[in-house]
Amino acid sequence: MVTIENLHKKFGKNQVLSGVDLSITEGGIFAVLGPNGSGKTTLIKSVLGMVIPDKGNITVLNENIKKNSDYRHKIDYLPQIANFPSNLRVKELIKMIKDLRKPTNEDQRLIELFKLEPFLDKKLGNLSGGTKQKVNLVLTFMFDSPLIILDEPTTGLDPISLIRLKDLISAEKEKGKTILITSHIMSFVEEISDEIVFILEGKIYFKGTIQKLKNKTDQPDFEHAIASILTDNHA
Amino acid sequence: MRSRWSYVYFAFYLLLGIVLLFLNNDLSKAVITLMNVIIVLVPLIGTIFGVMYYYNSKEFTELLLAQPLKRSSIFLGQYLGVALSLSMSLILGLGLPFVFYGLFESSAIWDFSLLLITGTFLTLIFTALAFNIALSNENKIKGFGYAILLWLFLAVIYDGLFLMTLIMFEDYPLDKVSLIGTMLNPIDLSRTLILLKLDISALLGYTGAVFKQFFGTSFGLIISFIMLTVWVVLPVLRIIFKSKKKDF
Repeated sequence: MVTIENLHKKFGKNQVLSGVDLSITEGGIFAVLGPNGSGKTTLIKSVLGMVIPDKGNITVLNENIKKNSDYRHKIDYLPQIANFPSNLRVKELIKMIKDLRKPTNEDQRLIELFKLEPFLDKKLGNLSGGTKQKVNLVLTFMFDSPLIILDEPTTGLDPISLIRLKDLISAEKEKGKTILITSHIMSFVEEISDEIVFILEGKIYFKGTIQKLKNKTDQPDFEHAIASILTDNHA
Repeated sequence: MRSRWSYVYFAFYLLLGIVLLFLNNDLSKAVITLMNVIIVLVPLIGTIFGVMYYYNSKEFTELLLAQPLKRSSIFLGQYLGVALSLSMSLILGLGLPFVFYGLFESSAIWDFSLLLITGTFLTLIFTALAFNIALSNENKIKGFGYAILLWLFLAVIYDGLFLMTLIMFEDYPLDKVSLIGTMLNPIDLSRTLILLKLDISALLGYTGAVFKQFFGTSFGLIISFIMLTVWVVLPVLRIIFKSKKKDF
């Protein structure tokens, strides 16, 4: 599905990724974890072609992504911070993104699911953080793409929306899609992900199931397993 | 573009055109006054709007980058959106009052259209330069600073330096040098073009005669337009080039 080979990226003097090798198979939920500034977002943005790597190869669905933009038809991406043009209305934004990609009717269902009807005519600049995130989720999930990338999907969501998001993610998984998630909420990750990828200092430190991580670190629960990796390497 | 600023800009030119016509009561005189305004103001507005638009739409750009769109088409689209709407404001804002005043029956129509053409060129050039600056500078304040400096340099400082060189080397034949010097600055080039078209080159003295010989001919005119086109094409190419390598 996604293959990353020997990926290097430097921002100025700051070496963010130093030789990431990762291959993600089709189907299932993969959580990308790591401390702040470990390069999770950079990795994801490299897959999307928003960050141009210094070195290395990325293929998405057997297409090399270099100098290519069509492969993004097959990716739904949820950006970390939902910054939308503030003078657009929610309705207009949804329509515009549909025009750019392809027509879909899925948005109606998602708008109902997240109870966004009262906000459709409001300008994006006037929405609260959580509501913006819901609009963001609608924009991401309304296309039926085989690869979904979610960067911190839970930010700002209330508990009921969080439950709906989890249901939504599980439903997409049932359809056989591949879902890539980054999050700092460990309980969320533990609940939904099949496999985790742990990034540390620009490299893949661990890849496997949660059970495997628990065994490796000798910790009974997931949260402590993650914490033990961090203390062992940073203390 | 959903920008009320382009309407403000349009209204400004509309007002300027009307006021000038009422005060001057003469089309060709109004054209001269307009030239002075356009030569300085159009590049300034192009620069500021270009930089402002780029920084303001940054989030939007990031949204678009995740969509299946080519980078070059995103940035060229934004550039053309700004540059063309500014040009439209200029052409319509100035054109309407002059048309109502009876431009078509007047002999000043060619001078006036030359004025609008160079104005459009200047908008295209300076918006492209502004986008270049904004693309290369993440820091908004820095970007704005460089953009204003660029405008100040080309609109004012360049002339000063140019004049000083001419004075320093006044013992040498300078026709060619001054011609080339004028060609290299789009603002100077536009100004000279319009002045000569208005047939007031007598004001320029001996150099005026040399200039007239060059710019007055159709050859000179074509070369000048080629230069202006080069000034548009080079920054636009750099926009495409730079945007392909940038991280977001």
